[in-house]
Amino acid sequence: MPEVLKAPLVVEFPFTRSLGPVQSAFLTGLRERVVLGVKTGDGRTLVPPVEYDPVTAEEIRDLVHVGSTGTVTTWAWNPEPRRGQPLTAPFAWALVRLDGADTALLHALDAPGPDAVHTGMRVRIRWAEKRSGAITDIACFEPYDGDDAEVTVHAGEFQDPVIGIVAPARLDYTYSPGRAQSAYIHALSDRRTVGERCPSCRKVYVPPRGACPTCGVATAEQVEVGPRGTVTTYCIVNIKAKNLDIEVPYVYAHIALDGADLTLHGRIGGIPYGQVRMGLRVEPVWTEGGRYPDHYRPTGEPDADYDTYRELL
Amino acid sequence: MTSEDVSGLRDVAVVAFAQSDTLRTTEEQSEVEMLMPVLHDVLGQTGLRTADIGFTCSGSCDYLAGRAFSFTLALDGVGAWPPLSESHVETDGAWALYEAWTKLLTGDADTALVYSYGKSSPGSLRDVLTRQLDPYYVAPLWPDSVALAALQAQALIDAGETDEPALAGIAARSREIANPRAQLRGSVPHGDYVVRPLRTGDCPPIGDGAAAVILAAGDRARELCSRPAWIRGIDHRIEAHSLGVRDLTDSPSARLAAERAGAFERPLDTAELHAPFTAQEVVLRKALRLDDSVRINPSGGALAANPMMAAGLARIGEAAARIHRGESDRALAHATSGPCLQQNLVAVLEGDPR
Repeated sequence: MPEVLKAPLVVEFPFTRSLGPVQSAFLTGLRERVVLGVKTGDGRTLVPPVEYDPVTAEEIRDLVHVGSTGTVTTWAWNPEPRRGQPLTAPFAWALVRLDGADTALLHALDAPGPDAVHTGMRVRIRWAEKRSGAITDIACFEPYDGDDAEVTVHAGEFQDPVIGIVAPARLDYTYSPGRAQSAYIHALSDRRTVGERCPSCRKVYVPPRGACPTCGVATAEQVEVGPRGTVTTYCIVNIKAKNLDIEVPYVYAHIALDGADLTLHGRIGGIPYGQVRMGLRVEPVWTEGGRYPDHYRPTGEPDADYDTYRELL
Repeated sequence: MTSEDVSGLRDVAVVAFAQSDTLRTTEEQSEVEMLMPVLHDVLGQTGLRTADIGFTCSGSCDYLAGRAFSFTLALDGVGAWPPLSESHVETDGAWALYEAWTKLLTGDADTALVYSYGKSSPGSLRDVLTRQLDPYYVAPLWPDSVALAALQAQALIDAGETDEPALAGIAARSREIANPRAQLRGSVPHGDYVVRPLRTGDCPPIGDGAAAVILAAGDRARELCSRPAWIRGIDHRIEAHSLGVRDLTDSPSARLAAERAGAFERPLDTAELHAPFTAQEVVLRKALRLDDSVRINPSGGALAANPMMAAGLARIGEAAARIHRGESDRALAHATSGPCLQQNLVAVLEGDPR
């Protein structure tokens, strides 16, 4: 078994999300150092507030200004903060019921150690210096020994309300392609194209993925195919792709390598785009240090007869 | 709902179960390479081929391995010719089983193949799972899965419902098992705090694995299995997503699902619970009214092996396999999804009288 191939894979999105009226008021309020809750039909105050009653699903809109002080309802000591979490030094996760609220808000609690934290302890919000209208406008909670705050009705109206958030998300993976694809990639490094044959239907898959998708059985017998092949179908690309240094128009084709029962795709070069045709015989062109063929070019052989590739279209 | 709610419809049973070993890493295998032997195993137990199966349904989650539409590649391992009647859920395979059960009840199919798999090893599972949280108020704080479970555990300790030694006892019992497929077996150190009050031993091992079952209706089930595990009821319920709205010491969703599945109508002898963290077993025992007469997690449960997206389906499979082997007559199987037991599925399985 050749060495397992691995490569870093980063999946990263800046999710742009619009806010409903209650979420907008809450997050704009945080920017202004005001914490808003919402009243439910049965008179409870939800903080953080939501757009719909979690019990009755009714639209709820009555906002109240609750305290920025509150009580810990449960907590957990986090000795090794992870990327993206509110504090970099060890801290407690806490659910905090703010004064005037009936539900609890999740955030970090900055405390010197687990012995300094207990359920029922009083805490207050430590505001972030730079606030934009996000849950992270609360930097964290900190211990507090003062009185309960007053609760007042609030219209939830602010200058320049926040109507959306951008939530960046990044996850880091180590990609490994598995046995069949690893073998394919290893062979490519010797400029050979190696597929795998299904023991049941005898088809040769290129690139192989380890299973015959028709028969549902493992492929194992390795079969070298090509290097020459036949264009089975193609298209002319007229739109330049971002970060791709290829002049348009160019031809992108399905190519059935000799001996393969599945086409792979590649760019056709070395021939004016208007002259590419079904049945054209081609061969791979490698560039120095290339890990796969840069493109395919005509071999000069007569075109393949349609019947030789009709099953591969 | 229970089979009495749907009287006039057919009885549906689990007739075969297979699972892979659960391993910390399977980097030498693609997802389909990991899954395929499990599919061959479960089909082989019944003598069925893919073409004989009326409906195929799978559960998986692309975020685990960071591979978009990975379930379509996994279908290569089924063999999708002639074209299949197929569906997929982006959650644990227990919910795929629920969909397949309803399909069989309608009479559209007599047999179903249900499978699920998860490769957690390519990513950082604790961080990956933060992406399922409320994107406005919670996900931007990146609270990881152990942290949220630890908040639940502390709430239980504060309420006097458990303590750290009791949790360690659940951890030890879950690993004193003979299950050859488990990732953790035997004496496992309880370890240091990961997020206090949860120690390493209170947390499930992170592993890659797959599970599959075959469902069959009525006489077809009797042909395929000498003692089918009849699904007498199955139901799933979800709670509010906001953790601060919920009572983390209780699971009204699990209780309601169990009631709707008929779990409280007659005594049970076995329960396979999908409780990834020790403290969650305490919550579930209370919500599901499981006393000491019920054997809890003879397989070891999720504390012995927790292949994401497959561990819930495996609970149903393990409970069914005990009925197949004559080791249980009436078993409860439970699956969960989301933080702190947010969503719960309960199935009640029975064998014919012996």
